[in-house]
Amino acid sequence: MNSKRRTLLKGSLAAGAVGVAVSAGLLAPRTVLAAWPKSAFSAKGVDASLSELYGSGDASSSKSIKLKAPDIAENGAVVPVTVSSSIANAESISIFVAKNPQPLTSSYALGSGTEAYVATRIKMGKTSDVVAVVKAGGKLYSAQKEVKVTIGGCGG
Amino acid sequence: MAKSIKVRASNKKGLTTVKALMSHPMKVEKKDKKTGKVTPAHFIQTVTCEHNGKAVLTAEWGAAISANPYLSFKFNGAKVGDSLKISWVDNKGENASVDAKIK
Amino acid sequence: MKKLAAIFTAVVMLTSPFVVNASPQQDLKDFRAFFKNKFPATPMNDFINGVYSIHKASREQWEAFEEFPSYEIYVDKGEALFNDTKFKNGKGFKDCFPKGQQGIKGTYPYFSAKSGKVVTLEGDINKCITSNGSEKWGWKKGKMAYLSAYLAYQTRGQTINVNTPKGEAAVAAYNRGKAHFYAKRGQLNMSCADCHYYYSGNKIRADILSPALGHVSHFPVYRNKWAKKSGDGMGTLHRRYGGCNKQVRARPFKAQSAEYSALEYFHTYMSNGLKWNGPGQRK
Repeated sequence: MNSKRRTLLKGSLAAGAVGVAVSAGLLAPRTVLAAWPKSAFSAKGVDASLSELYGSGDASSSKSIKLKAPDIAENGAVVPVTVSSSIANAESISIFVAKNPQPLTSSYALGSGTEAYVATRIKMGKTSDVVAVVKAGGKLYSAQKEVKVTIGGCGG
Repeated sequence: MAKSIKVRASNKKGLTTVKALMSHPMKVEKKDKKTGKVTPAHFIQTVTCEHNGKAVLTAEWGAAISANPYLSFKFNGAKVGDSLKISWVDNKGENASVDAKIK
Repeated sequence: MKKLAAIFTAVVMLTSPFVVNASPQQDLKDFRAFFKNKFPATPMNDFINGVYSIHKASREQWEAFEEFPSYEIYVDKGEALFNDTKFKNGKGFKDCFPKGQQGIKGTYPYFSAKSGKVVTLEGDINKCITSNGSEKWGWKKGKMAYLSAYLAYQTRGQTINVNTPKGEAAVAAYNRGKAHFYAKRGQLNMSCADCHYYYSGNKIRADILSPALGHVSHFPVYRNKWAKKSGDGMGTLHRRYGGCNKQVRARPFKAQSAEYSALEYFHTYMSNGLKWNGPGQRK
């Protein structure tokens, strides 16, 4: 049991530790469901979601976070997003779409040797700010970018 | 279900870049406006990436991650030939896992 | 202004496509010249990337997808279908395609003098299935699209090389396809050529119109739009033809109908010399 504890990740995400335990065969999936941050994912509004996720809604804008997303998304169902940060001791990255009914799209707990870099593809309901939040050294930092989602033309 | 997670992991000067593509519908909950029938959400909730038994990344996902989800991240401490394990669990309790070689 | 004049001249010169008696070879020359003139900064072979060859912001998003394209999931499914499918009589696809999967797609479409018809890859896939006793597959998506994607992937990099239509029947089929391409249809009274030839590169609401040169090279295609419902965005060329006809509010033809097969014949011949690069990921 002790050796498993030592593999727990830094940071607040208990769900992360449970995730490790699942793959180690210790926990049944049903327990994972309990630990998945449901309240954060169902919160409406970025601040509310941040509070549920990290205990605080206070994130300071940072130029050390690079958020790469298209200016105009070709298709709102698949918008490629990349978040990278040079902030030291980053433990967690989260990505929000401010105008989605539930803004939190995903949250990533970084292992000790893992770079503050994550890329994925997200769904956007309409034109909105995409917000990236990095938790490092107990503080929250954010960057955002507006991504336009359009109605297609003849091909859309 | 082995092929339901495709992984490309390459190591350059000690930094491993991982790209993964997972086969999953990632459905948002839908309510039919006319009939009121609800189609429940079906999406991957947690993705765990491990190297040498240690979690290098744990992703918590919602239904707003696109269908056939893509994930990329980078980590230190591995070398060419090492194994990387990526597994996911979805909100229905289904799961999948794959072991990939770092090239 | 100079560019406008050049385009205008080209358009005027090229209204000769309506002269049905022009030869396919001359059509091909004129087609390529038109697009070369319209998009002088685009290298000829880059047209196989469609909109992404002529619009930078779209290209960046497409390149993000090409890091790990969604269609790879379906290419894998197609591979399994090619290798593992057993028909009612125990035979498999390898019995119909003895030379293996490499380069198969590059031999289609072609005009069969024997049957008097245009033969397409999907057509022969179903012919293989039904002649061995099993029930045919749907033409537009699912297994047909996955297998076609796998075969397209195996043909990547080869040159599109449809034999020049020769003989009355072949030329007639070619001209039927050509007529479809240039004919106005539907409530919106638009032709394929309106969007993909004359106005290619322009915007239609929020979409940019792709040039017809290089169009077929990346089919079957994974469309993010088709993936919205179930995550499976894979579809065949004729699926797209039907969609396009519907979008100008014209009644679509059936997939693999003589009309669409003729269109595919003309459409592919017009891209001769470019490289196959299927399957592709598009919006």
